[in-house]
Amino acid sequence: MRYLTKIVHAGEKPCPATGAIVTPIYQTATYVMDGVGKDKGYDYSRHSHPTRRVLELKMAALEGGVDATCFSAGMAAIDALMHTLEKGDHILACDDLYGGTKRLFSQIYTKVGLEFDLIDMTDPSVIKKRLKKNTRMIFIETPSNPMLKLIDIKAAAKAAKDAGIHCVVDNTFMTPYFQRPLELGADVVVHSLTKYLSGHNDLIGGAVVTTDKKFAEKINWIAKSVGNGLGPQDCYLTIRGIKTLGLRMRQHNDNAVKIAKFLEGHPKVSKVIYPGLESHPQHALAKKQATGFGGMISFELKGGIKAGIKCMESVKVWLLAESLGGVESMVTHPYTMTHKDVPEDQKRKLGITEGLVRLSVGIEDAEDLIEDLDRAIS
Amino acid sequence: MAKERSRKGAPRRGSKLRKEPARKPPGFETRAVHAGEEPEDQFRAVIPPIYHTSTYCLEEVGKSHGYDYSRTGNPTRTMLERKLASLECAKYGLAFASGMAAVNAVLALLDCGDQVLCEENVYGGTHRLLSNIFPKFKIGLSWVDATDLEKVRKGFRENTKLLWIETPTNPLLKILDIEALARLAHEHHSLLVVDNTFASPFLQRPVERGCDIVVHSTTKYIGGHSDFIGGAVVTNNDQVYLDLAYYQNAAGAVPSPSDCYLAARSLKTLALRMRQHCFNAKRIAEFLNGDTRIRKVYYPGLPGHSGHELAKSQMSDFGGMISFELDGDIETTKAFVTGLKYFALASSLGAVESLVAHPVTMTHTSLSLAERERIGIRDNLVRISVGVEDVTDLIEDLDRALTKVLGPSRSRR
Repeated sequence: MRYLTKIVHAGEKPCPATGAIVTPIYQTATYVMDGVGKDKGYDYSRHSHPTRRVLELKMAALEGGVDATCFSAGMAAIDALMHTLEKGDHILACDDLYGGTKRLFSQIYTKVGLEFDLIDMTDPSVIKKRLKKNTRMIFIETPSNPMLKLIDIKAAAKAAKDAGIHCVVDNTFMTPYFQRPLELGADVVVHSLTKYLSGHNDLIGGAVVTTDKKFAEKINWIAKSVGNGLGPQDCYLTIRGIKTLGLRMRQHNDNAVKIAKFLEGHPKVSKVIYPGLESHPQHALAKKQATGFGGMISFELKGGIKAGIKCMESVKVWLLAESLGGVESMVTHPYTMTHKDVPEDQKRKLGITEGLVRLSVGIEDAEDLIEDLDRAIS
Repeated sequence: MAKERSRKGAPRRGSKLRKEPARKPPGFETRAVHAGEEPEDQFRAVIPPIYHTSTYCLEEVGKSHGYDYSRTGNPTRTMLERKLASLECAKYGLAFASGMAAVNAVLALLDCGDQVLCEENVYGGTHRLLSNIFPKFKIGLSWVDATDLEKVRKGFRENTKLLWIETPTNPLLKILDIEALARLAHEHHSLLVVDNTFASPFLQRPVERGCDIVVHSTTKYIGGHSDFIGGAVVTNNDQVYLDLAYYQNAAGAVPSPSDCYLAARSLKTLALRMRQHCFNAKRIAEFLNGDTRIRKVYYPGLPGHSGHELAKSQMSDFGGMISFELDGDIETTKAFVTGLKYFALASSLGAVESLVAHPVTMTHTSLSLAERERIGIRDNLVRISVGVEDVTDLIEDLDRALTKVLGPSRSRR
């Protein structure tokens, strides 16, 4: 089965009771037993439910994992990963992480004794040098948010394998349509399903996919115990969203390439960061480990923060909002929005300046998006 | 941005656009994503809420916020109706509980003694309404092959109020000339109704060619995911709109807010889906056309199709529906349609999943044998709705199932 076919069909089959072609939404809390201890695979919807199971099988198939677990948010998925660790364990992560992940690491899990080092991994040879005896996990995002730095997944996965630990990749920005970290040797993929996978800005969800059967069981057990599994309606909407994943990703990518080129040629733009541009320092790596460049672009205007804010407030087609990966184009100010909880010195070190603008390019007509940006910049 | 919005929630972008004269309307994909919806006022949620409510509090007696009862109007339904109108380049859209409810609403515009002149090759459900339900109200009916404009001209009578067509037709994919038929209808003081379900507004916008009323089964390409039943009517005609809106409220065949939300969500990817449907269908039609186990292929994208040139002029592509006749009898055909792996044997069409139907036993059972023979719906006719899967998988699947019932293809014609 080729990829576009997998996107439509994987994990699903017509309902055996009715023939319904679409996965039913099992809006039920509990299940009737055939006899004591005899159920049909489901006993209570916090543990799992048939709609979630279909989504999990689909996610596993699309990422090339053995199993998946779906959570009530991307952060809940990462939270479940942290639950597999214990006091004294060390996590080596890339420095340019999503603000919410950073907050979880530094505000929640540092308190209970986990140790974190956030380092620049653009040169993957540093990873091995920074591993400690108690390192249990390498955690990366590539491309990173919002600076779109890339990390060589194969190299990071090898460093983890050599050390006998797990390499986790947050694949939210690329989706399995463009990049499949498990095929490159990573052990675990996490997702915010809210973004490209569901794709319509209409639900909050997350997922963990893994090639490690034991680890999958552990994650499933955590979801069941903590009770942060994804509900049936949102599972259904995610399954439905995934059906057009390939079509949407192509359009996001095509539009983003056009917009990045437009911005690069604009006299009032001082800097454009997009892995699809030849000017991106890791353009070659992007081509090597992914089949597309995605829909996210960051840029800075020559007028700095003032010009940036003016631009963000005067767009019409673009929406000024947090989140990304939806069909609607969005513009975000990372400094005050997605990364506001990141300390000032770190923001400066990473390059998240007050003038940085992040774009999530939607699937609208690219000309409308370019005209709108052009008008707003001018 | 928020400052520029009026408190009543007047469309932000719309009001801005009006201040800029001579600006071209946004492109189709942009309207598909944005038309009809605005971040809502209270919390600025990017996606307007699903209003699962039957009724609305009044500010004071006789003063509502624009909605008083959800059968009459519901904000989620309004969002869908505006989006549909925008995509069809029309003034008004009305959503219904099903495509047949939409067709029924249009037919309810007629009075006792009025007559409908109808293309003979229409969807079986429309056929049933026209020939079994409305005659009870003394609505007259005559069938015509609308590819022949002279026959159509002769078909009008003094009491003919509607000329009803589908293009491409179901299941034979005939292409009818919307512009010419609109002219003929207007010359005879009739309105032209086009069922645009097979093309969707991405490929064909009949209102731009003079059509008065467009009907849709939104269950098909507009919904696109096989997950709800819905219909719609789109028009530029003020009086038709008022009459239909009145009937919509009076008869109450309205879709639920959840289904309206799903339809609006689907429209956002309509262009992307349609492109893939068309791309896949063209390749499959070419495969079938060159296969010795197939007697005939009906696809307007093939140069040999009788409506190919017309389709090129009134559609932007040829759609995702293909019909073909197997080189075999009804039993062979039945075995073929049940032997496919990716094409699910199911009524309906226009979804991301590929579907296969046997019109004689499934979609067109309401036609008599004589009618089917006259129109050309034969026992060995198969209709496929090409999905958005990988086209190589789909071709392999068709080839495998053909081989199972008819052996390997002998030689390429």
